[in-house]
Amino acid sequence: MSSSTKRLASWREIPIGGAITEPGNSVKRPTGDWRVFKPVINQERCVRCYLCWVFCPEPAIKILDKPYKTASGREWKVTFEVDYDFCKGCGICVEECPVKAIDFIEEVK
Amino acid sequence: MDLKRVEIRWHGRGGQGAVTASMILAEAAIYQGKYAQAFPEFGAERRGAPVRAYTRISEKPIFSRAPIIEPDVVVVLDPSLDKSLYIGGLKSNGVLIINTRKSVSDIVKDIGRSDIKIARVDATKIALEVLKAPFVNMAMLGAVAKAVPIVDTTYIEEAIKENFRPKVAEANIQAMRRAFNEVEIS
Amino acid sequence: MEKDLWIRIPLSSNYAAAYAVKDVDVDVVAAYPITPQTTVVEKIAEFIANGELNAEMIHVESEHSALSACIGASAAGARVFTATSAQGLELMHEMLHIASGLRLPIVMAIAARALSAPLSIWGDYSDVMNTRDSSWITIIASTAQEVYDSIIQAYKVAENPDILLPVMVAYDGFTMSHTYEPVYVARDRSIILDYVPKKRPSWNVLDVEKPITMGVVANPDWYYEFKYQQVVAMEKSPEVLKEAFQEFEKRFGRSYGFIETYNLENSKIGILTYGGLYGTVTEAIDYMKKMGMNVAAIRLRVFRPFPYEELLKVVKNLEALIVIDRAISFGATLEGPVAMELATMAYKKGLDIALHSYIASIGQRTVTEEDVIAIVKNTTALLEKGVKVTEKSIYWGVRL
Repeated sequence: MSSSTKRLASWREIPIGGAITEPGNSVKRPTGDWRVFKPVINQERCVRCYLCWVFCPEPAIKILDKPYKTASGREWKVTFEVDYDFCKGCGICVEECPVKAIDFIEEVK
Repeated sequence: MDLKRVEIRWHGRGGQGAVTASMILAEAAIYQGKYAQAFPEFGAERRGAPVRAYTRISEKPIFSRAPIIEPDVVVVLDPSLDKSLYIGGLKSNGVLIINTRKSVSDIVKDIGRSDIKIARVDATKIALEVLKAPFVNMAMLGAVAKAVPIVDTTYIEEAIKENFRPKVAEANIQAMRRAFNEVEIS
Repeated sequence: MEKDLWIRIPLSSNYAAAYAVKDVDVDVVAAYPITPQTTVVEKIAEFIANGELNAEMIHVESEHSALSACIGASAAGARVFTATSAQGLELMHEMLHIASGLRLPIVMAIAARALSAPLSIWGDYSDVMNTRDSSWITIIASTAQEVYDSIIQAYKVAENPDILLPVMVAYDGFTMSHTYEPVYVARDRSIILDYVPKKRPSWNVLDVEKPITMGVVANPDWYYEFKYQQVVAMEKSPEVLKEAFQEFEKRFGRSYGFIETYNLENSKIGILTYGGLYGTVTEAIDYMKKMGMNVAAIRLRVFRPFPYEELLKVVKNLEALIVIDRAISFGATLEGPVAMELATMAYKKGLDIALHSYIASIGQRTVTEEDVIAIVKNTTALLEKGVKVTEKSIYWGVRL
């Protein structure tokens, strides 16, 4: 018996041998609701080093062509943001950030 | 002996080539258009240990895969084998083909059976003279071809050529022909 | 059979398997040597070295790796082959299920051999019967000619898009693997390749232009459906096997089915067995005929899928069936693996037949024509005593 309420495909409708024939289909499966803690990037402190983007296993760090000017007047051409549809809240980015620019805060739903 | 189907049991020692001889005789029979089957007594083969091999040759397809317990022909490659190892089961009117220096009458005395035919050949002497080594198996094929006319020597020669390098094949064919001519049959 | 298309040469069943591999133009061979399989792969290596076969030979460190390499190569779309025996097949066991689960059309030859311990290099079917539930189509040959022909047919069936299951072709270790007998092989392999053409793979293959993922996790919501797909493929396979046999006969003149019978007419007792032992049984039947006894022989050629429909047709007029198994299913209701299938078939089809299960030739204990005749006499005596189904299998030839 299926534990899911929605109707799943029958044996006739799925590729044989358990092959996944549609590459890149993980975008269809959001995992954002797995989080207990969420990373929040502090744009003031972020030095755009890309390490969070490198380490994120999902990958759920987005690099946006969005300029940002810090309070001290420093201008960045890009902005790093967390894709909360896919971030599972593993905290690796928080751990790896060399300038402690990512806060890890409890999800409140 | 009914030449429509002949069952041969080979006896030798590991390394003497009884298995190869059993196989080449079957191959020759197959080249001649007959049905044949050759298989060794499958053991953990060790050089010097007594070994057995079998050849069946028939005008009709062969189905049995049982070892030959009552052969029509027994071929002995090594005169030092104890007779109890090879004489058992040999059919009445069967043929014992043996590599030995002994005379036919001495063999008859040794074996103590008057209901079988004896064919003797000094294959060791032939091998030492022709091959300069005591490889008697191809010589024994010549003795078999003469004593039990089921496979023509031309096909035996063809099978020998298939299995050995040309020079080795040529020497073995010579040994086979000599044994064919020298074998004494009671 | 058109004579000029074939050459008649002396081959052992192992060599016959190697010739078939050459003639179907296999791309990748991965194997590990084990007695009595070894000479299959030796011969293939010779073909590759001589340029008669253009294939990649992968030398692996175990049978587990051999089948793993075959799985990888088959997943890349290659036509692949491996061969093994006994403990080698056991070491492959987990990969057997992966090959069939991934639906890869791998073909494997098995020179059937007894299992350790104690160590026995000699033949029986314990190894083959242990693979019963691995979703491999299983053909058991009884002559070297049939080994050659069955391996060719195996690729035809395995690569059929409706099947895509691996196929094993088994034959007696030693009593066939090392026995020389006449075999017709193709003079030119083009006639074989016309029968099993090499096309673009019809199965899931790894292709950088069209990426897929193989070997994924299937959670309880999905796993069952993939296994059911295998059930359906196995259910379709008799039809595809039959077509493959018929087309083979039409092209090459050699006829094969799921079963073979001998002296069925006028016989009330039948002996069912498989592999090379069938030959000895048929010769025993000829002796019995001369003694005034009519006994039928039935050979099981395809073990999976189990051909109960075909068997039913031939056994329904018999009063008693003797099943001689060369493997033991320890602790089973009847310890002969094929005897158990027959018992199920009889119940399923409401067949009223006496069923006597015998185990023989374990570890290649000699079975002669005299043994077969004695088995029939033993069964006749049991029937007179009213024994319909043997309480347990009869262990023929064991010292009591």
